Amino acid sequence: MSVEGHVLANAVIALLLAACAGLAVVIHRSELWRAAAVELWRRRPIALLVVAVYLVIAALDSISWVGGGEVGEGGDVLAMHQPRSLIDRLFPLDFDEKSYSAPLASVEFYGGDPLDHPGRHLLGTDILGRDVLHVMLDGTRIALLVGGFTSLLVIPLALLVGVSAGYFGKRIDDVAFFVMSVLMSIPDLLLLIALIMAMGRGPLQVCIAMGVTSWVGFCRIVRGETFKLRELDYVEAARALGVSDLKLIWRHILPNLMHLVVITFVLTFSGLVLSEAILSYLGIGIDGSWGQMIDQARDELARDPIIWWNLAAASAALFGLILAVNFVGDAVRDVLDPRTLRERQ
Amino acid sequence: MSEPVLRVHELVTSFPAGRGRAAAVDGVSFQLAEGEVLALVGESGCGKSVTALSLLRLVPKPGRIESGSIRIAGREVLTLHVSELRSVRGKEAAMIFQEPMTSLSPVLTVGAQVAEALRLHEPMSAAQARRRSVALFEQVRIPDPDARFDSFPHQLSGGLKQRVMIAMALALKPRLLVADEPTTALDVTIQAQILELLRDLQRELGTAILLITHDLGVVNELADRIAVMYAGRLVEEGTRVQVLGEARHPYTQGLLRAVPSLGRRGERLAEIPGVVPRPSERPPGCRFATRCPVRLPRCASDPPGDTPLAPGHVARCHVVAQELAR
Amino acid sequence: MSAAAPLLRAEGLRVWFPIRKGLLQRTVGWVRAVDGIDLDVPAGRTLALVGESGCGKSTVGRSLLRLVEPREGRLWFEGVDLLGLDAPAMHVYRRAMQIVFQDPQGSLDPRMRVRDAIAEGMQSFGIGANEAERSERVAALLARVQLDPAQMWRYPHEFSGGQRQRICIARALAVEPRLLICDEATSALDVSIQAQILNLLRDLQAELGLAYLFITHDLGVVRYLADRVAVMYLGQIVEEGETERIFGDPRHPYTRGLLAAVPSVDPNRRGVRAHVRGDVPSPAHPPSGCRFHPRCPEVFERCPREEPRLYPVGGGVSRCFLSEPAESGGTR
Repeated sequence: MSVEGHVLANAVIALLLAACAGLAVVIHRSELWRAAAVELWRRRPIALLVVAVYLVIAALDSISWVGGGEVGEGGDVLAMHQPRSLIDRLFPLDFDEKSYSAPLASVEFYGGDPLDHPGRHLLGTDILGRDVLHVMLDGTRIALLVGGFTSLLVIPLALLVGVSAGYFGKRIDDVAFFVMSVLMSIPDLLLLIALIMAMGRGPLQVCIAMGVTSWVGFCRIVRGETFKLRELDYVEAARALGVSDLKLIWRHILPNLMHLVVITFVLTFSGLVLSEAILSYLGIGIDGSWGQMIDQARDELARDPIIWWNLAAASAALFGLILAVNFVGDAVRDVLDPRTLRERQ
Repeated sequence: MSEPVLRVHELVTSFPAGRGRAAAVDGVSFQLAEGEVLALVGESGCGKSVTALSLLRLVPKPGRIESGSIRIAGREVLTLHVSELRSVRGKEAAMIFQEPMTSLSPVLTVGAQVAEALRLHEPMSAAQARRRSVALFEQVRIPDPDARFDSFPHQLSGGLKQRVMIAMALALKPRLLVADEPTTALDVTIQAQILELLRDLQRELGTAILLITHDLGVVNELADRIAVMYAGRLVEEGTRVQVLGEARHPYTQGLLRAVPSLGRRGERLAEIPGVVPRPSERPPGCRFATRCPVRLPRCASDPPGDTPLAPGHVARCHVVAQELAR
Repeated sequence: MSAAAPLLRAEGLRVWFPIRKGLLQRTVGWVRAVDGIDLDVPAGRTLALVGESGCGKSTVGRSLLRLVEPREGRLWFEGVDLLGLDAPAMHVYRRAMQIVFQDPQGSLDPRMRVRDAIAEGMQSFGIGANEAERSERVAALLARVQLDPAQMWRYPHEFSGGQRQRICIARALAVEPRLLICDEATSALDVSIQAQILNLLRDLQAELGLAYLFITHDLGVVRYLADRVAVMYLGQIVEEGETERIFGDPRHPYTRGLLAAVPSVDPNRRGVRAHVRGDVPSPAHPPSGCRFHPRCPEVFERCPREEPRLYPVGGGVSRCFLSEPAESGGTR
């Protein structure tokens, strides 16, 4: 990834982390949300910890700077001038081999020549000789970037359109619904490919493209829920009390949509990560992602003997994250369901 | 004297509450004779609906029947195997619910549902089932019964749906009908029609009815005997005239005085201050003590026992016992 | 009828909801929820609006507050034409008329503390100089509805149904209204709790001189609380008059049917009669002539052909040919 792309991606991750911190503060302040968070921890501590581990890895991988490290003879001097993150620095600068090697092997896979760093590649090396574990850890950042940043784009847009359509109805709803219907009728994959072709292949472009295809589903849910909320007695009571529309939306509608936002975010997160994997398989994903690692499996599985460690590492990482997120998402849905809120009292 | 159609003894049904469980029905005992109408009366949260569901073991999880005995037509329901239970449900005892909208499947015609109920318990062809169903519709006074057989629930009004429910329940001529708030969701003019219908059907078929309701007016119309429930326990029991006309328990009295009936204007409605205690917050001793206008010191700690007032009339209250002793 | 000008007067109020079908959502018909209502609510007194489901009484309540806009009709509050006001002007009048709903569950925002819910109206109308003063007022209001002021920082789900209804009343009173519309305000409550709330409402009326429009289907409550009663059926008023007259000498067959259908708790009075047959027709297709004629036990041949007007009857009105004065052509 280029230096500029790197800096941008780091900035985004920093933003995301700041958002998380802000969220934590908000949750802590509100009694209702605090109780929900405690309940969530009670139900799925392991899944939450797993997600936290991924988050930490991604965060550590975002703190990068140029400099430090030494290169041995005939090593890659250029690499010394690339920004390297904390994760990168866990591995020696000149860690690459020439090509494939099995996990913990001391010789190359083809040919049997001795490795530069025998027995130290825990998950072997890929076709370029890169340490698979390293690549896998780097992929974490991308996965979380894809899920988190895209959601950051999607959620405010979907809320804006969905609430406007649901609350004000009539003309605004007609237009919004028309736009949504058109977008929904275009197959996601085709639209994604078209957008990425048009915008180029950077991580930002991929996120934007995925955002365009995924906001509609969420928007529909928000619109439906806003319709429902608008008819509730307490909204009517607020109107009778002279509260203006905007204040009503801000004070009554949005807070009661938040549980939906959280649930949808967690559930679409996994969808987004998987979508990126599919894009990589088509060759238009983000460089360095797990999807790309899986893409290489096409070649690797055809060889004899099979090269499996690249695919295994990426799949395991992907599976672990999505499984954990789905467990958490399920628990989040239970915890935030307004009915269980009542029952718990 | 013949065996009572329904005999409930020390029934305890619990639900999770806080960390442990709390008894929604806490040691309730009563009997229902053949052809009799017993009304189980109380306000929300008193446990009357849970009692009704317990009778046919329909209590939704996480609720659980803890102990006690329920005998329907002489058979102990709580120890029956599931397949035997199915023969009791519908045939010996049937149930109708408050919300006709959710009690009928929206994807089947009402006729199909009644016919299904019939064919589950008795062998008959589809044509026979249809004839019997239409006849039942006539019996519950559904106008144009043959056409109505092919209607879907959403095409029917609340009153008509309730009639269909009654037809389904009485299809196999059960000896016991459990009616859980059968008219609460209906308008008053429709309620009057259904009350008339239930009264006439009950006389015709001789079905015993356990009527669950909070509406004392409905109780007055249908019941032979009344049992008043509060916070999981029965507090007073007697004939209709005894309980409505000569109520002795302070809760029953409070309840009767709180009803704004057509007969009064001007005087203040008697209130019962406070609220029903939650199952996890029930006091030891008499559960009504915290709201009782005439409570004694011992009411807070001693659960009161039965005080017979007249043949068939019982109250559970220390104050009443004390007054009687004088 | 009282000689003084009424606090609120409605004339010829109509609220029709469009029925839309098809791809282009064309209006194919109308649900005539409120179809020509005249109402007077005198200051400091209670008018009860009675009827069964589908009669339009709830819609009347909401249209008086312009929470739903009437299609036709006039509406005056203390002589001011409300329907002619623009939004900022209407805002001022909103303060004078408030509403309490039926469902204690849905009437309060579950994510808002009770204190904030009650203070919301105050903020909207600029009552109270700052947050601290508003909190004081909230405390006083809670005390007035017999709740512990210290509870104001709790959430609605921590209160029982009756308590939540008191909170709703406090919220309505916070803006110092002169008219309170109670839309089935006690129908979802247990009998013993209902008694508490009804007594509270009576006390508040005596203390604050509030006028009530009490919308309900429960005739017992009507008798207890109301000075005048208006009976609604399928969007129209079919009978109106003083409470005692309506209960003692009902003229419209529907009113008589309603009263005969209410069961009593007196063990010596048994036997409700279902005089009114059949089911309520859809407000989208009201019957021809007199809307009640398909269900009326006293129907005769004129009824399906002509629509009866409101005829004066004992200090009120009745929409039935049987009440038509003899001089104007007789009845049958």
